[in-house]
Amino acid sequence: MHLVGPNGIGKSSLIRILAGLLRPSPTGYGKGSGTSTAGSVHWNGNVGLLDGHMALDPQLPLANALAFWSRIDRGTPPFARLGLDGLEDVPVRLLSTGQKKRAAFARLLGQNSNHWLLDEPLNGLDDAGVSLVEELIAEKRSGGGVVVVASHQPIAMPSAQILDLRKHPY
Amino acid sequence: MAVLGPILRRDLSRLVFGARKGGAALPVLFFLAVAMLYPFAVGPDAPVLARTGGGVIWVAALLAAILPLDRLVEPDIELGMFDQWALRGISEEWVIAVRVLAHWLSFGPPLMLAALPASALLGIDGAALRTVELGLLAGTPGLAAVGVMIAAITAGLRGGAALSGLLVIPLAVPLLIFGAGSLSTGGEGGIALTGAVSLVLLAVTPFAGGAAVRASRE
Repeated sequence: MHLVGPNGIGKSSLIRILAGLLRPSPTGYGKGSGTSTAGSVHWNGNVGLLDGHMALDPQLPLANALAFWSRIDRGTPPFARLGLDGLEDVPVRLLSTGQKKRAAFARLLGQNSNHWLLDEPLNGLDDAGVSLVEELIAEKRSGGGVVVVASHQPIAMPSAQILDLRKHPY
Repeated sequence: MAVLGPILRRDLSRLVFGARKGGAALPVLFFLAVAMLYPFAVGPDAPVLARTGGGVIWVAALLAAILPLDRLVEPDIELGMFDQWALRGISEEWVIAVRVLAHWLSFGPPLMLAALPASALLGIDGAALRTVELGLLAGTPGLAAVGVMIAAITAGLRGGAALSGLLVIPLAVPLLIFGAGSLSTGGEGGIALTGAVSLVLLAVTPFAGGAAVRASRE
């Protein structure tokens, strides 16, 4: 599913609600009101989140920062596929914007989650990076995973549902 | 909870061995500096130093414990670490509990070691030193808990670092009263009460801290 809409309309908030990190407004605005608690979204399987926060220690070399998550997730991030070869010893804070996004994808792939929530996954990526992300999303979807992408940039996801938040005013 | 191992390891590498920001060395040096400067300030009167030295050690321990407050919780919220842990079903409460342990390890045992040279500088005798050490053993876990709780509550606030310093003081007062008070009464009663206050703080902190981290998402 592709969430579209202008800045500030609530794409990221919706992603965080889907991740169970944010609570929908309990009062509601008119119809469809009801109460809900954080974590009330039930997923069939585990969910990976990629947003503006990298969750990688900025002062650590990339390999060590990712190794922390590999120990928790027991998965191996695919360095070569993401074009991160040779950057293992570079501290995360010195990576470029696009390299940071690739590193965040390495963390996401190492998690081996069933479903993905991606908030602006294309920010800062070059053309090769964009097509790589589109390829990864296609693989995840063909494996039966649900991928929700919030992006103002066009992203190729064949036969994906498009949810335009402008058509759903609260 | 096998995942807590890597989290504790990361916390320790940041808090104890975080060499660039001082790590465990900074509280110890601060603590020793206070012990060294205090005789210069009040004069070399040995009975006065011996009588007040234990209290000075306690105040120095409290202040050393709140030195790293601003990097206890806030950086992980900004990095999105707590979000990623939550997605993996690792509750904020567990992470906070692990952080209390790591924070204590980063200053508790080092300060108890540093109290040995400090007691020599202040002319504290063996019996009083024993009371100080036992009191620190009972009290520093509580100081660690207060520190992590306040760090979680003030995370994300403007001027959080200054505010957290102020907020720690009232919560740490009971520890100080019983801990330093055990020196004048010389009894085990003060140490036991210090330990009791520590246990209460240790029990409350994971829940208060976890709720604070969740509230910071709103």
